[in-house]
Amino acid sequence: MKQFSRREFIGTGAAVASTAAVGAFSPIASAQTPTLAYKPEAGAKLRVLRWKRFVQGDEDQFMINIEKFSKTYGIEVKVDNEGWEDIRPKAAVSANVGSGPDMIMGWFDDPFQYPTKMLDMTELCTYLGQKYGGWYDAAKQYGTLNGKWLSVPWAFIANAMVYRKSHVQAAGFETMPKDTAGFLKLCQALKEKGTPAGFALGKAVGDGNNWTHWLLWSHGGKMVNEKGQVVIDSPETIAALEYARELYKTFVPGTLSWQDPNNNKAFLDGQISLTANGISVYYAAKMSEDPKMKAMADDIEHAHFPVGPVGRPMELMQITQMMCFAYTKFPNATRELARFLMEGEQYNPWMEKSIGYGAQTLKAYAANPLWHGDPKVAVYGECPAMATVHGYSGPLGAASAAVLGDYIVLDMVAEASSGTRTPKEAAQRAAERAKRYYKA
Amino acid sequence: MKALSLMERFQSNRHALGYTFMLPAVLLLAGLLAYPLGLGTWLGFTDAKIGRVGEWIGLENFAYLITDSVFQLVVFNTLFYTIVASIAKFILGLWLALLLNKNLPFQSFFRAVVLLPWIAPTALSALAFWWMYDAQFSVISWLFTKMGLIDHYIDFLGDPWMARMSVIIANVWRGIPFVAISLLAGLQTISPSFYEASSIDGATPWQQFRFITMPLLTPIIAVVMTFSVLFTFTDFQLIYVLTRGGPLNATHLMATLAFQRAIPGGALGEGAAIATMMVPLLLAAIMFSYFGLQRRAWQQGADK
Repeated sequence: MKQFSRREFIGTGAAVASTAAVGAFSPIASAQTPTLAYKPEAGAKLRVLRWKRFVQGDEDQFMINIEKFSKTYGIEVKVDNEGWEDIRPKAAVSANVGSGPDMIMGWFDDPFQYPTKMLDMTELCTYLGQKYGGWYDAAKQYGTLNGKWLSVPWAFIANAMVYRKSHVQAAGFETMPKDTAGFLKLCQALKEKGTPAGFALGKAVGDGNNWTHWLLWSHGGKMVNEKGQVVIDSPETIAALEYARELYKTFVPGTLSWQDPNNNKAFLDGQISLTANGISVYYAAKMSEDPKMKAMADDIEHAHFPVGPVGRPMELMQITQMMCFAYTKFPNATRELARFLMEGEQYNPWMEKSIGYGAQTLKAYAANPLWHGDPKVAVYGECPAMATVHGYSGPLGAASAAVLGDYIVLDMVAEASSGTRTPKEAAQRAAERAKRYYKA
Repeated sequence: MKALSLMERFQSNRHALGYTFMLPAVLLLAGLLAYPLGLGTWLGFTDAKIGRVGEWIGLENFAYLITDSVFQLVVFNTLFYTIVASIAKFILGLWLALLLNKNLPFQSFFRAVVLLPWIAPTALSALAFWWMYDAQFSVISWLFTKMGLIDHYIDFLGDPWMARMSVIIANVWRGIPFVAISLLAGLQTISPSFYEASSIDGATPWQQFRFITMPLLTPIIAVVMTFSVLFTFTDFQLIYVLTRGGPLNATHLMATLAFQRAIPGGALGEGAAIATMMVPLLLAAIMFSYFGLQRRAWQQGADK
C-alpha cells in the first residue's frame, strides 16, 4: 500500500498514532488517564472570535460543540466570525488595550507577538499532550515559548501535492516521484504531454507561501539560522532558485498572477494536472453532481512534497491556534472551553466534519476515521508530522511574522523563476529585506 | 443701568458665540480627522509592531524606505498608475461629457447609465475584471481565441507591464463616470449664447471648443481632476482584489504596500511611514492640478 511506504518519513510517534489507532494508547488510558478540569467562575460568560470558515461543516460542528459546552456548564458563549486576515489586527488590538474576546483563533505565531498578554496554558497543554499521544513538533513550537505554553495549537491546514493519476502515468511515471530531481522530470514530461503543472507565484497567502518555502527548505536554504541571523543568501538558496527556474518553465502560463483560488479553478477545469493545495480540490470534485467531475475525483491522487537534497520532508503548513488572553475575567472558564474543544469527543467530530481541512495537532487524532476511510484523504492526515515552522530555523516572533507577511520568500522565488532577476540577485534582495526585520 | 450678567454678556458677544457654535464641528474634525492623521504620522516615526507599542526612532523608517528596492518600485508604480490613469480618465471623461451634452435621444437614460461603473461597489467590479483578466478563464482571451485572433490566452496579470496596464484600464473604466458627469454639469453652466455668438462670427466647432468650452470649463476641470488624482493615488481595493500587488510587485501601490507591511506583516511603524510618505506626493499632485489649472492668466482678468 502506498500510504505505508510514505509513512516511513514520519516520526515514529506519528506512525504509531496513524497506524495503530486509538488502541495504542489504551494501556495509558486504562492505567491512569490523565484528568484535568477547570471549574468555571460563577456567572462566567465567554466571547470567542474565530476566522470565518472555509468549509461549512467546520462551522456547523464547531457551533454544535460550543452549544454542548454552554449546556453542560450553563455558560453563555458568544462566537463572532471574521475574515481570516482581520483576525491578526483584532487580536493585537485586544492584547494591547487589554479587553476583547476571551479566546481568539489566531494564525501562525500571533501569540509570540505579545507573549506577556497570553494566559498560561502550560498545564492544559501538558495534560492534552499526555492524554492524546503528544503534540506534533511544529505544533509545540508554535505553542511554546521558553518551555511555557502560550496558546493551544488547534489545527493545521494541511497542504499536499494534488495530481491526476492518469496524466502522471501518461507522462511515464507510475506514481509521484519522491525526490525533487524526479519531480522536475515529471513536470517536464507533463508539460510535453500538454498536461502541465501549475503552482501559484502571485500573492497567494496560503498556496504560494507553502510551496515556495518547501522549495527553499528542501534544497537546504533557509531565511535565518538558529540565532535569527539572516542566511538566505547562500549556495543552497541559489540551488533552490536554479531549480525553481527550471520548474517554472514547465508551468502553465499565468502562474505569476495566481492567487489562492486560481490553482483550484485551473485544476478542476482540467487545465493543470499537478499543483499543491489543501484538500479542497479533491472535495470539490468528489461532491460535484457532474459525472465528469466525479470521474476526475477518481483520477485525483495526493502525495507529500518531494524530498530534496536535505533528505527529509520540509513543508510549511498553516496553523491556527486558540489564543486565550490574560485579561479575561474568567480564566478558568476560558481554559475549560479550550480543554472541552480539544477533547476527543468534540475534536474528532469537528475534524471529520471539516473534511480534513483542519488536521490534528495532537498525535492520537491521527487515528480519526476521516484519515482511514478514503485512502486519497490519508495523505492529509500525515501532514502535521511533516510541518516545519515558517520561521525555520530561527525563533518565532514579530520578525518571522513580518517576513512571511511581506512575501519575501515568495517574491524571491517569483523573481528568480520568471528570470526578472538572477537567482543570486533575488537571494541578495531577499536578504536585504529580511535583515530589516531581523535586525534587533 | 444694571450690569449685564455673565451669561448675557456671553450671549451678546458675537465672537464668543460664534466660536461656541463652531465647537462641535471643530471637535468632530479634530477627533475624527486630525487625531488619526496625527497618530498615523507619529507611528511612522516609531518602530511600532502589531501588539507592541513602538519607540521613537526618528527618521529611521523613512531612511530605510528610500533605500528599499520594493518601496522604490512601488513609488514608481504609484506615479505611473496615477498619471496614466488620470490622463486617460480626463480625456475619455471629457469626450463622454461632450457627447452627453449633445441633444441625444434618450438623453437622461444615457446619463444615468454612464454612472453605473461609479455606483457599483469597487470590490464587485474588481471581481468582474478579475474574471476578465484570469490567466485560464479570461472571457476576453476566450472570445479572441474563438475568433481565431490569438492562439494562446493573454497573460493579463502575469506580466509586469501587462498587469500595470490591465489595472489601469480597470481603474479608468471605474473612474470615467465621475469625471464625465462632473464635467457635464460644468458644460451645462456655459451659456448657449456664447456658442450662438461665435457661430455667427463663423467660428469652427474646434474654435468653439478651444476658446469657449475649455476656458469656461477649466475651473471645474481643476476641481474634478484634483479629486480624480486623489482617488487614483490612494487606490487600494482594485489592486487588492485583482493582484494584491503582484506579479513581482509590479502593481503594488503605496496604499497596498502600507497595508501589507502594517497589518499582515505586523510592522505598523513602517506601514505608517509609507502612508505618511504619500502625503507630500499627494500634496504635489494636488498643487499641480489645482494651481496649474486654476491660476490661469485669463481667470485673473488679464488680457493676452
